[in-house]
Order: sequence, then C-alpha cells, then structure tokens
Amino acid sequence: MRRPISIYGLTFSMPLLIWQLLFFVFPLGFLVALSFWTVKNFAMRPDFDPVNWVTIYSRPVFWQAYGTTFALAAAAAVLASVLAFPAAYAIAFKLSDRARRWAVFLMVIPFFTSYLVRVYSWQIFLSDAGIVNVLLGKIGLGPFPMLNTVGATMVGYLTLSLPLVILLQLFSLVFIDRTLIEAAHNLRCGRLRTVFEVVIPSARVGLVIAALFCFILTFGDFVSPVYLGGGDPTTLSILITDTTKSGQQWPRAAVIALTMIGTLLIVAFAAVRFAYAGQAKGGKK
Amino acid sequence: MSNEVLNRSRSVDWSLRVYIVLAYAFVFAPIAASFVFSFNSDRFPSIPLGEFSLDWYKAVASDPLVWQGLGNTLGIGIIVGILATLLGFGAAYTDYRYNFFGKQVYLALALLPPTIPVIIMGLAMLAFLSRIDLSGRAVSVIIAHVVICAPFAMAIIRLRLSQMDAALEPAAWNLGASEWAAMRHVIVPFTKPAIFGALFITMAVSFDEFAIAWFVSGLNETLPVKVLGFLQGQVSPRINAIGTFVFVISMALVIVAQVLLSGRAVPNTDAED
Repeated sequence: MRRPISIYGLTFSMPLLIWQLLFFVFPLGFLVALSFWTVKNFAMRPDFDPVNWVTIYSRPVFWQAYGTTFALAAAAAVLASVLAFPAAYAIAFKLSDRARRWAVFLMVIPFFTSYLVRVYSWQIFLSDAGIVNVLLGKIGLGPFPMLNTVGATMVGYLTLSLPLVILLQLFSLVFIDRTLIEAAHNLRCGRLRTVFEVVIPSARVGLVIAALFCFILTFGDFVSPVYLGGGDPTTLSILITDTTKSGQQWPRAAVIALTMIGTLLIVAFAAVRFAYAGQAKGGKK
Repeated sequence: MSNEVLNRSRSVDWSLRVYIVLAYAFVFAPIAASFVFSFNSDRFPSIPLGEFSLDWYKAVASDPLVWQGLGNTLGIGIIVGILATLLGFGAAYTDYRYNFFGKQVYLALALLPPTIPVIIMGLAMLAFLSRIDLSGRAVSVIIAHVVICAPFAMAIIRLRLSQMDAALEPAAWNLGASEWAAMRHVIVPFTKPAIFGALFITMAVSFDEFAIAWFVSGLNETLPVKVLGFLQGQVSPRINAIGTFVFVISMALVIVAQVLLSGRAVPNTDAED
C-alpha cells in the first residue's frame, strides 16, 4: 500500500490542498494582516499599526459584547446538553432499532431546512399577538412580551444547536457497552445512579464534544440575537456585521473576528482536554 | 414490591417517550408552522388561522428578484456540488490510500472549515476576495461554498471507502490493471453511490447557506440572502412560501442521497461489472 506519491497520487490529493490553502488558509491569514491596516478617508491602506487592536480593546462596548456572547453561548451549551440528554438517552436505550433509525432520520431533516425560515417562524410563535400568547390568553394569562428578549435568543440558539447536540449525544450513547449497564443493575445500582455513574462517564467524550459544538455554533451566530433577541444585548457577531457592513472599518471587524477565533480555539482545546482527562480517570476507577 | 418497581420503571419509560415527542415537537414546530402559514392569508400570521390562500406563493412567484435569486442559488449550488464532490473524492481517496508526512495537517484542512463560524468566514472571504478582485460575483459565492462543502463530500466518500475490501485495489493491480484503470473500474464504481450522495448533500448545504453568501455575493444575491433581506425589511409571510419551496427541493435532494447511500445501490454496481 505504501508507495511514494506519484503523479497519479498528486492528481487526487492536490486539488483539495490547493483550494483550501488558497481560499481557506489565505483568507484567515489575510485577516491577521488586515487587522493591522489603517483606514483613512474611508479607504483601507496596508500598514502595520496596532491602532485597531488598541481601539477595539479599549472600548467597554466590546468587552460587554464579549462577556454577553460568551455567557450566552455557554448557557446555550449547558441548556442544550441538559435538554438533549433525556431525549438522546431515551432514543438510545428505549426505542427499537427501527424506531431509532427513524428518530435519527427525522433529526437530520432540520439541517436541510433554512435556519432563517425557522427563526422567522419563531417570530410567529413568540410575537405579542403570536401563537403562544393567544394560547396563554385562552387560559387567562398574558400577554407576555417574549420577542426581543434573551429568552427568545435562547430559543433561536436551541433551534440551531439542539438537533446536532441530540445526534452527537445519541452516537456516543449507542456505543456504550451495554453489559456495563446490566452489571450496574445486577449490583442493585439504581436507575438514576446508573445514569450518573455509568452512562454519563462512559459517554463523556461525546457529551463534551456535543456541548462544544453547541458553543461554537451559538458563539458565532448573528441571526437569533438580531431577529429574536432584537439586537439587544449586542453580541460579537452583531458587532462584526455592523462594523463590516456600515463603513469601511474592516480592520476593526478583523480584530473582533480574530478575538473570536482565539476564544474558540482556547475553549475547544480546554473542552477536549477535559473530555479525555475525565475518560482516563474513569478508566482507572 | 417488585410490582411497584415494575410500575415505576414503566412510568419512567413512558415519561421518557413523552419527552422524545416534546423534543421533536420543539425542533419541528417552526418547520411545520412555516409550512402551514405559507398557505394562510393573514398578513400577520397567528392563530386562529385565516383562510387558505396561495397569495404568498403568487407574490413570491411574481417577484423577479426572487426568480433571479433562485437562478443564482441553483446555478451556484450545482457548480459547488460538482466541485466540492470532486475535491472531496480526491481527499477521501488520498486519506484511504496514502500515508505521508503532514497527513494530520492535510486532514485538518480537509475537515475543519465547517467549524469556523460562518460570520468569520464571511468576513475573511470578503476581505480576501475583494483584495484579489473576486468579490461581489457569483464566483465568489462558489469559491467560499466549495471551501465549506468539500469536507462534507470528503466525509461521505471516505465512509464508503472504509467499507471497501482493502484487497480489491491491489488485486486489480496484480491482474495487470494500471493505477488509473483500477481507479476507473474498481474505486469509482464502488464509491458511486457515495459520490452521488455527496453531490446532493453538498448542493443542499449550498442552497441553505446565507451568511457567507450575504457577505461576498454583492448584487448577485442567492435566494437565502434574499430571505435575509425580507427578514430585515418588512417582515412578511413570503418567507414561509420561499422556505417551504426550498425545503421541498432540499428534502428531495437529501432523500435521493439517502436512497443512494442506504446501500440498495450496491447490487446495482455489482451487476454493472
């Protein structure tokens, strides 16, 4: 199998490499250069000036948005994980093979529907005269203002991430060695205790990865905070679109984008370490 | 005692089943509502439902900008699907067949792009492509979409290759086939269902992508970018009509891909040989 790479081999391996270097690595690298450019009279000039970093990092608005975005994404990751787990658990252990295949198929469908359309659809549910308030009115409650709140943003975040979190959790749960669970039951370990001491530690890597993906998705999302949250509080994604779309302040937007990438790298690294460290410890036990 | 335990466990089972239904209800509520309200006459959709009407479809169908967006979306999607599948096939085969120095980096480049937030990809693409005078055109969207779609194609085709008997290709060589001949007569036929699956999945991904397209498309707006415009402007149930229409197209592509990938195509490829 191992042969030196030939023209034949290069024909298949090079196109993707070249494409991703040109249009993935270069644009991201260019972002770094761009963050040091200066803007004069609405025109960008190549430069090596840290002014954009200083400007952005000295703005309280930026740090506020940073804190908000981080907190919202972290909350979404926890909430989605907690809400998804009973569903993933039930699909993995309580359904027949056939029903499980259907469940997986159905959960894939949302990936191929427009996220924008789903967010608009939530507006129909959550607006002041929307479906939820009409239903609440029938039992004499409300109306509650729900649109343009953090809660609505969270609904959007869950719409974006819940299917993926459920699927990733499900895949880590179905590969658990079932004899472990039977052994726990035979040793008179209660249902709930089995879940917390056997099932969750065994599926730990998958559960953490699922939460990580939720964090990544929601950290960069601008649709829910704008169209469900009403743009208030401002998130980093809103800052980027505003800075990019209004005026020629691309270098400043680049600073925000690079800060986001840096944050995501650190979070991803920490999450993966946490996932595998826990696994090693679980193994020793 | 044991009866009580059994009852308790049965009620837990039942509540878990109910929970599954609730979770799916949450996920499908917006999709179903968009479908229902696309046929509803009210300007500000809510319940009780207004009359059945096709007005929103008519409004959408009579909007030349929507047609233009649809044309852009379809054209871009088809080209993206073909390019991403070709690149993904090459990468999947490379990973399947070769070991080389730096393979981890190669695989990272092949798989990582979808994990970068689209808004950052959009900004990076816009800045970079306008630097080399390629922004604001249909080709800008194609370039950016291939970057994020090729990894999906690579994953789908790689999965199929891992199901192949590793001895098949060497066997063809031993029988005197050149590497190219083995590729044509062994690898390609075996991966054909995955190739078409990848083609349709990547097309579907491109159809729905709006953020990067919004940044780089300029005046060549795709349909999802158009929807974003509707969402920013007068909020209108037209979004539901477009959404339902695009959903039907995407689902058709996904179901075709699913049928191809489900393995029913295997006897076919065997019969061909």
